[in-house]
Amino acid sequence: MTSGVGAPNRASISARTLRTDRWWLPPLMTNLGLLTFVVYATVRSFMGKWYWVADYGYLTPFYSPCLSESCLPGSSHFGTPLPELPGWIPLGFVALPFLLGFRLTCYYYRKAYYRSVWQSPPACAVAEPHGSYSGETRLPLIVQNAHRYFFYVALLVSVINTYDAVAALTHGLGLGNLVLFTNVVLLWAYTLSCHSCRHIAGGRLKHFSRHPVRYRAWTLISKLNVRHMQLAWTTLGTLVLTDLYVMLVASEAIPDLRFF
Amino acid sequence: MAYKAKFKVWRGDAESGELHDFLVEVNEGEVVLDIIHRLQATQAPDLAVRWNCKAGKCGSCSAEVNGRPRLLCMTRMSTFTEDETVTVTPMRTFPVIRDLVTDVSFNYTKAREIPSFTPPADLAPGDYRMQQVDVERSQEFRKCIECFLCQNTCHVVRDHEDNKESFSGPRFLMRVAELEMHPLDTADRVPAAQEANGLGLCNITKCCTEVCPEHIKITDNALIPMKERVADRKYDPIVWLGNKLFRRTTKN
Repeated sequence: MTSGVGAPNRASISARTLRTDRWWLPPLMTNLGLLTFVVYATVRSFMGKWYWVADYGYLTPFYSPCLSESCLPGSSHFGTPLPELPGWIPLGFVALPFLLGFRLTCYYYRKAYYRSVWQSPPACAVAEPHGSYSGETRLPLIVQNAHRYFFYVALLVSVINTYDAVAALTHGLGLGNLVLFTNVVLLWAYTLSCHSCRHIAGGRLKHFSRHPVRYRAWTLISKLNVRHMQLAWTTLGTLVLTDLYVMLVASEAIPDLRFF
Repeated sequence: MAYKAKFKVWRGDAESGELHDFLVEVNEGEVVLDIIHRLQATQAPDLAVRWNCKAGKCGSCSAEVNGRPRLLCMTRMSTFTEDETVTVTPMRTFPVIRDLVTDVSFNYTKAREIPSFTPPADLAPGDYRMQQVDVERSQEFRKCIECFLCQNTCHVVRDHEDNKESFSGPRFLMRVAELEMHPLDTADRVPAAQEANGLGLCNITKCCTEVCPEHIKITDNALIPMKERVADRKYDPIVWLGNKLFRRTTKN
């Protein structure tokens, strides 16, 4: 080590870190969590079946909006402006890239995967393995500055998911409706707690006193924003659970618990 | 209850140095700085350590305890087990002078590079008036005691000596944010934040926030809002167009 903590004139200590706690555990758990979601979401997105329960109107968020003629009858809440798709294109392909972009450029997820996947740094005061570092100053990482655009699309997708959940109520009420609604509420909370949303709502202002409504919005979003990390992980979990529930009911592996 | 604790303390200078073993008495209620002082008094009278207030307010006794950037005076011995070896080293981002004392002049150089508070030209000192709601964001950053633990733990300079020239570090990006958000500051600080202070190098991994002894939310309340302001200016054509169409200034 001739740069970084091994640079000349710094205290001569050969160890990469002298931390004695289990600093490697959080990045490991983050990697496992992200990997689990990526594998599950990839498999389900390309599966092309068990995404719609016609009897109860349940549509999994992974396939919403379903805009192709390949979609099952009834699952296209917004029509089928797109022709039939080959099997290698996920039916939810219209929204999925933007949702992926929203999470990839999210300020919390950036921290999570910079630390765990890229090890930059793996933990505080633990030397990173890279010889050089340019941060978010060049391509491709300069694209992180486009987070707000992904946020705008994510807002739209949240509206669509809300419509899906409300539309399912026309078939009665079952456990699946509660699952869909819980997921939608948490998705809204995650989306609105976004740092870009906080900035757009009022953070960019210099004088809060001249904009009381935006200041109020900024204050409320700031309260949500404190929980952004928890919401990021919770919504990954509810997305998987919601999709899993719809898949199990659609494949008739389990019956839906109906209240009326 | 008093006990004998195992300590490893880094001793040396810019040329060379190593960890030295000590067995030293610890009493109930003591902090790591007390133990360092006991070592000075009983076993190593020439051990160099910088300290002042012993109350976590002067920011002098920054060091690394078991590899974690901490204030020596705010690290209680009760957080360690009696059989645990406590390792104390100087901050590993700055040049070492001797033993636990480092040369933190990098930070003063960076501080001088930031243009000072710039009130409106027609406003005399004493006539400053502002509303609490407008100034409270900046006030959070005024809690900083300049211990430079955030600068020490930031991997941008800790792991890459070559970035020291182009990166001001979290403490001084927070200072830019403090002034940028101040209701009476008229300077345009956003372009300099990205270009001169190296905001783009920050990858928001939040270590600065984790180590701050004043619990300032450096990343969420200073660095990310500054990144968003840069995005407004450099990467958002809609904001640019809105500013042009509605003749908005950045000082709204």
